Amino acid sequence: MFDIDKWQEILSTIKKNKLRTVLTGFAVAWGIFMLMVLLGAGNGLSNGVGSNFQGNAINAMWIWSRETSMPYEGFQSGRSIQMKMSDLEAIGEMDNVDKISAQYWIGDRTYAFENEYGSYNTQACHPDYKIVENYQLTTGRFLNEIDMQYGRKVMVIGTDIQEALFKKIDPVGKIIRVGDVPFKIIGVYSEFDPREGTRQGLIPITTAQKLFNSGERIHNIALTTHDISKKESIQVEKDIRNLLAENHKFNSEDERAVGIYNSLEDYVETMSIFSAINMFVWLIGIGTLIAGIVGVSNIMLIVVKERTKEIGIRKALGATPASIVGLVLLESILITALAGYIGMFFGISLMEGVNFLMEQQAQTSVAASGDQGEIRMFMNPTVDLRIAISAMMLLISAGALAGYIPARRAASVKPIEALHDE
Amino acid sequence: MITLTNIHKSYHMGTNSLHVLKGIDLEIQQGEFVSIMGSSGSGKSTLLNILGILDNYEKGEYFLDGQLIQNMSERKAANYRNETLGFIFQSFNLISFKNAVENVALPLYYKGVRRKKRNAIALEYLDRLGLKDWAEHMPNELSGGQKQRVAIARALISQPKVILADEPTGALDTQTSYEVMDILKSVNAEGITVIIVTHEHDIAAMTDKIIKLRDGNIGDLIVNGDLASFKKEFSKELQPA
Repeated sequence: MFDIDKWQEILSTIKKNKLRTVLTGFAVAWGIFMLMVLLGAGNGLSNGVGSNFQGNAINAMWIWSRETSMPYEGFQSGRSIQMKMSDLEAIGEMDNVDKISAQYWIGDRTYAFENEYGSYNTQACHPDYKIVENYQLTTGRFLNEIDMQYGRKVMVIGTDIQEALFKKIDPVGKIIRVGDVPFKIIGVYSEFDPREGTRQGLIPITTAQKLFNSGERIHNIALTTHDISKKESIQVEKDIRNLLAENHKFNSEDERAVGIYNSLEDYVETMSIFSAINMFVWLIGIGTLIAGIVGVSNIMLIVVKERTKEIGIRKALGATPASIVGLVLLESILITALAGYIGMFFGISLMEGVNFLMEQQAQTSVAASGDQGEIRMFMNPTVDLRIAISAMMLLISAGALAGYIPARRAASVKPIEALHDE
Repeated sequence: MITLTNIHKSYHMGTNSLHVLKGIDLEIQQGEFVSIMGSSGSGKSTLLNILGILDNYEKGEYFLDGQLIQNMSERKAANYRNETLGFIFQSFNLISFKNAVENVALPLYYKGVRRKKRNAIALEYLDRLGLKDWAEHMPNELSGGQKQRVAIARALISQPKVILADEPTGALDTQTSYEVMDILKSVNAEGITVIIVTHEHDIAAMTDKIIKLRDGNIGDLIVNGDLASFKKEFSKELQPA
């Protein structure tokens, strides 16, 4: 297989037929180039849309109360439902519920630090809220159980507030005034998804109960589930609805009474679209590749036909059938593998180039406008090396396949027929 | 060297079958210089193909150098061709994209000789045939006579026991034909058996033994004494030309 003479034989035949070789190789190179570009684009789309889910935990659920739309057990419709801490506790005890937090909004207040002030919203929550929202802390810490226990007057502010009121000063440990109430800042959070904004101060729910008189009332419940399937997740949704229906005496069929947003459902649906797109891309890519391979096979058949006489001479001079098969097969593999490699190189370079430009553009646009509120539909459109390598393996076996039939035909050339003078 | 007993061969084309060789008995000793003659369709090319293990036969026995050649695998046949036989063709059959040296060296490639060594040997053989200066030339840059000399060098390089030549002078003018025949004669003088197929009487007259085929049988076998008159007859015929 790796005998230099054989390769020299093959290289010399390829050299004598440059144009033919280049044209044949082009079909394969184009096929693999398209496969790489398509896969890259598919990945880009999937990464881009996937990144929009990073703003929250993907297995999160939000529950909020509204007004009933059906009369139930003597109650009229149109009655508004108010969730309580006891609902939260009951839901928190359900099997598949992992982290859970209340949300209670105090409303816009003036936040003041030294001479800087602005109007911001204050939200009361539990320590687990960080996980549900997938918040990142840029400095300090998040709310904890001890804050909850003592109803401490501590606050985690968003990066927007930090930038507006504190400028370059480290806010941790500083006192901020919310209306008339001083709070100690313990940390700063940031968001992956720029659309969600960071113009809130977060305080423990127990503090809100004491200071803002919220009592047992809560506005929303935010939670994450354990690692469960979409089906189980929908069941959890249903269980929560039933539980609330029981506690608040409304019809469990009444979708208006309580709103539930299940991010897993969304995520799974979106991602299943992408796996379908991905499959489609492979289908098209492989199809293009097959066209290229059939091209190689076709050309090799013509080559064998063209070289019938030469093969006849070689056989007369003592070439064994195996050496003839090897000659044709190796030439086919060489052309496919080399052309495929070139196609792959250009395909990957193109996608990496696009990626580079996009990253740069994203950086400059953020720097220029400070506007981070755009939805990304396309991100990191590259193909990972594992796929590229398996495509390479595919190419080599494709080359062997493409060469096989022509090689068999070459081996069966009868020297007498080949050497007959027309 | 070569013994044929009762060789039969027919070609099948659809429902028709053509009985080409109808029981050939022939013996050729080592070092003989033999020509096979016959009109077209007499079976002379078929006979040469069988002698060259390029084709098989249906009935009879063929011994080459003491070895029975029968129902051989392609691989084995290839080895035999490579080891014991050298071929020369009417249309030279050089590989067009290889230069003279590479063409001559090809049989050694199939013998597994390393590139440097086989090219050196090839150059030696080309030198012997007076073509050293043309070693790097491609076949289409050579004249007919030069091409045939390259082909002879290629046939000789594997040091065969038998040279089989199918109309070696068929595409050459008289002058070059005689030159080629002189070369073959000197090859024969070294002890290599040379068998040529030809329909030219003057060429056949230069050999030691003439086998005339007629309708798949051996019609005439002209040797020694008879050959003198044959020569006389045909050299007369040649005079005006």
